[in-house]
Amino acid sequence: MTSSLNLWLIPVLPLAGAAINGFFGKKSSRTAVSTIGLVFPGAAFLWALLVAFRFSSLPQIPYQEYVAHWIRSGSFTADFSLYLDQLSLVMLLVVTGVGFLIHVYSVGYMWDDPSYYRFFSYLNLFMFFMLTLVLANNYLLMFIGWEGVGLASYLLIGFWFTKDSAASAGKKAFIVNRIGDFGFLIGLFLLIQHFGSLNFTQVFDQVRPLAPETTGAGLLSAIGILLMVGACGKSAQIPLYVWLPDAMEGPTPVSALIHAATMVTAGVYMVARSHVIFERAPQALMVVAVIGTLTALFAATIGVAQTDIKKVLAYSTVSQLGYMFMACGVGAFSAGIFHLMTHAFFKGLLFLAAGSVIHAVGGEQDMRKMGGLRSYIPWTFLTMGIATLAIAGIPPLAGFWSKDEILWQAFSSEHGSWVFWLIGVITAFITSFYMFRLLFMTFFGDYHGAQVDEHGHAHAAHGHDDHGHGEPHESPMVMLVPLMILALLSVVGGLVGVGNRFEHFLAPVFGHGATEAAGETASHFTEYLLMGISVAVAFLGLIVAYVLYVSKPYLPQKIADALGSFYDAVLNKYYVDELYAKLFVKPLIDGSTSILWQGVDRKVIDDTVNNAADGARHVSEEVRQMQSGNLRSYAGWIAAGSALVIAYMIWLGVGR
Amino acid sequence: MLSVHLILFLAFGAVAVAGAINLLAQTHPINSALSLIAVMAALAGEYLLLGAEFLAAVQVIVYAGAIMVLFVFTIMLLNAGVEERTKGSRVAVLFGIPGMLLGSILVAWVLLRHSGTEAVAAGALPGSPKVIGPLLFHEFLLPFEITSILILIAIMGAVVLASKPPTSPVVPPARKVN
Amino acid sequence: MVPLSYYLVLSGFLFACGVTGFLIKRNIITIFMSIELMLNGVNLSFVAFAAHWHALAGQVFVFFVMVVAAAEAAVGLAIIIAVYRTRETLNVDQVNLLKL
Repeated sequence: MTSSLNLWLIPVLPLAGAAINGFFGKKSSRTAVSTIGLVFPGAAFLWALLVAFRFSSLPQIPYQEYVAHWIRSGSFTADFSLYLDQLSLVMLLVVTGVGFLIHVYSVGYMWDDPSYYRFFSYLNLFMFFMLTLVLANNYLLMFIGWEGVGLASYLLIGFWFTKDSAASAGKKAFIVNRIGDFGFLIGLFLLIQHFGSLNFTQVFDQVRPLAPETTGAGLLSAIGILLMVGACGKSAQIPLYVWLPDAMEGPTPVSALIHAATMVTAGVYMVARSHVIFERAPQALMVVAVIGTLTALFAATIGVAQTDIKKVLAYSTVSQLGYMFMACGVGAFSAGIFHLMTHAFFKGLLFLAAGSVIHAVGGEQDMRKMGGLRSYIPWTFLTMGIATLAIAGIPPLAGFWSKDEILWQAFSSEHGSWVFWLIGVITAFITSFYMFRLLFMTFFGDYHGAQVDEHGHAHAAHGHDDHGHGEPHESPMVMLVPLMILALLSVVGGLVGVGNRFEHFLAPVFGHGATEAAGETASHFTEYLLMGISVAVAFLGLIVAYVLYVSKPYLPQKIADALGSFYDAVLNKYYVDELYAKLFVKPLIDGSTSILWQGVDRKVIDDTVNNAADGARHVSEEVRQMQSGNLRSYAGWIAAGSALVIAYMIWLGVGR
Repeated sequence: MLSVHLILFLAFGAVAVAGAINLLAQTHPINSALSLIAVMAALAGEYLLLGAEFLAAVQVIVYAGAIMVLFVFTIMLLNAGVEERTKGSRVAVLFGIPGMLLGSILVAWVLLRHSGTEAVAAGALPGSPKVIGPLLFHEFLLPFEITSILILIAIMGAVVLASKPPTSPVVPPARKVN
Repeated sequence: MVPLSYYLVLSGFLFACGVTGFLIKRNIITIFMSIELMLNGVNLSFVAFAAHWHALAGQVFVFFVMVVAAAEAAVGLAIIIAVYRTRETLNVDQVNLLKL
């Protein structure tokens, strides 16, 4: 009796916006492009809100909507169908809401860019793919969204493609993603082979009755680990995280939207969606948890030494994604999704505010050339401060609730252990430290930056800022309002998690499983104790950062000198990129050059063709001698030929 | 057995051979032409030995008397002189002569080896006009008529080809540069 | 009695001389005469075979060969005259406009 929700509108509206801006944007005015670029995602967001309002009155949850026929091949079916349950509703609201805010912000940030229309076209295209990913009802359609967001990421990272580093970063992101996708695909093949379908409902219905593989890894563990490989690529976990710091070459709104709030969380979403499989494969869960925990710690340590404001945030993203995977890995999927949501708020805010800072100082991204900005850009300072408090996990902001939930589950869940918890706490300390380091270096102390003159920018990492102002200036309202909204969300967004309300909301998807059992075995005292420890650790980070960067600014250098080569290693990201280059990239290029290019292409293919041509030419040069135009040589040939024929005939006759 | 027939055959044969070799050896074409006439005369003698009277007569009248005269006239008309020594075709000398020599030796050897002792009597097949005539006009009438048309065409062709062209300039031959 | 093979050897020798002259001589007219020599050699073998097999057709054929040789000589010499007019030489190596 309920009419269709027309879910398909939500992805398609941004697609329409992308198409219009893509085809007609070049000749249109900035106002027109902005309107198109905002109206369509905005409409998608409003429609998502509408869907959310009608959600509780739906007759059947999960709600599935068939849009179009796609693949019917033998017994395998995959259609363009959409799937809505609590999990996808949460993702939907996060993607459309935060996405829309970032679109608004981009109007201000990218206003001076010559390829303004192209940016919005790509951004809308990204929204389309991300929404497809989130709303898909089968793995294949999700994979289309998965690949599509990878494509959009490539296009947007390399937005300023005339810059070598940007183009290379785009390529790197796409290729590393591809490696993960390979694992993902094999997992999908296994699913098709054993369950005959990629449709969520069909697969999970077949998996649910299976017994957990506790006594050794089996099919489900294999599928789970392969899916995790895909997630590692998309969500930048060890060992496929290397593309995310390079992705900072893209414009800051891109970093905010794709590499903080939405695309990188697709891996977490996918793992959460496949929880049925993971819950029955403890080995795979362990892999997920270990990777997540290690990545969280590893990336956090790198973030401590970085001087580029966006790179700090990039490593912070990798680290926070590690937290989400840690949560999933201990079976606390709803905690992971909760952190995904709050992370979208405060990390998106952090990136947008960083963009505002960069815009204020005329393109400079090195924090050592900033400082004391809080008097110049107070609103940015305020919002960024709120976001920093949130990410550090200081109550009652959003980050505290979600991070604490994860740490608690890591400790107490049946798949968790105190080791995960301990590493998580250490990482929380480091997170708090480097985030406040960022805040203090940027906004406190004296301004170290070059005065921006009309010739442009000091070390502009991107080429959008051309105003010749003499000192840092605040961003326009169109950029500040999204900051404020996100700041508000960072403050109150965590309150949905109080009293396990969020978890109960997602219970129809995940079941009460691990958390309830945990709630029985461990006491409330332990829970509050651990909560106190994590808060203390967060404050400790703040204090240490304050000491090192505000009161005694000479200390960091002394510590760095004392640590010597270890510090160098951290500063150089543990030389992982160099290691990959030596282990994989160089052999591949060398092998390709020597074997495939010189050997196969040149020697075999080219030479075959050339030698055939040369051979034909040589033969014809010999044969050509016959055509000399000289009568007597013709006579000679005739005589010789007839002699041969006569001899042959005689031989025939004599041989009888 | 040295019969008269054999002696005559050898005599005429020797003349023919000498004439042929002389044709090759001489440098001035007029000498070659005269040698050829000698060959033809010798061959007419051979035909007589074989009994082909009509053919012997025709050989002398047509071949030696008309064709060779034509050759001699042309040599005189064109004032052909002694051949120059220009570089000719290597192929002809290298392949042709040895080839032909080899071929002819081979043929001669085979013939002498394998054809046994069949002999042809002197005047074995009398070919008088009385005998040839009916053949020409009965069985071989068609070829006869066609060849007469052929001669007609040849006459016309020769006249056309040899007639003076209407004021076309003479193109001097290209000198070889290597 | 002369064995048939003697006639054939003589005929073959004349033919070979004709071919040789055709190959080594540079004067067009001499080459033509070599061709006539070849034809004569062949005529001899025809007549010899006719006598051997008592087939008058051989002699008739020789008759036709002579007629055709006459026609050919006429036309060939006319061509030589035409060539001489344009190239002013009787050297066959210089009639080489077809050379590459």
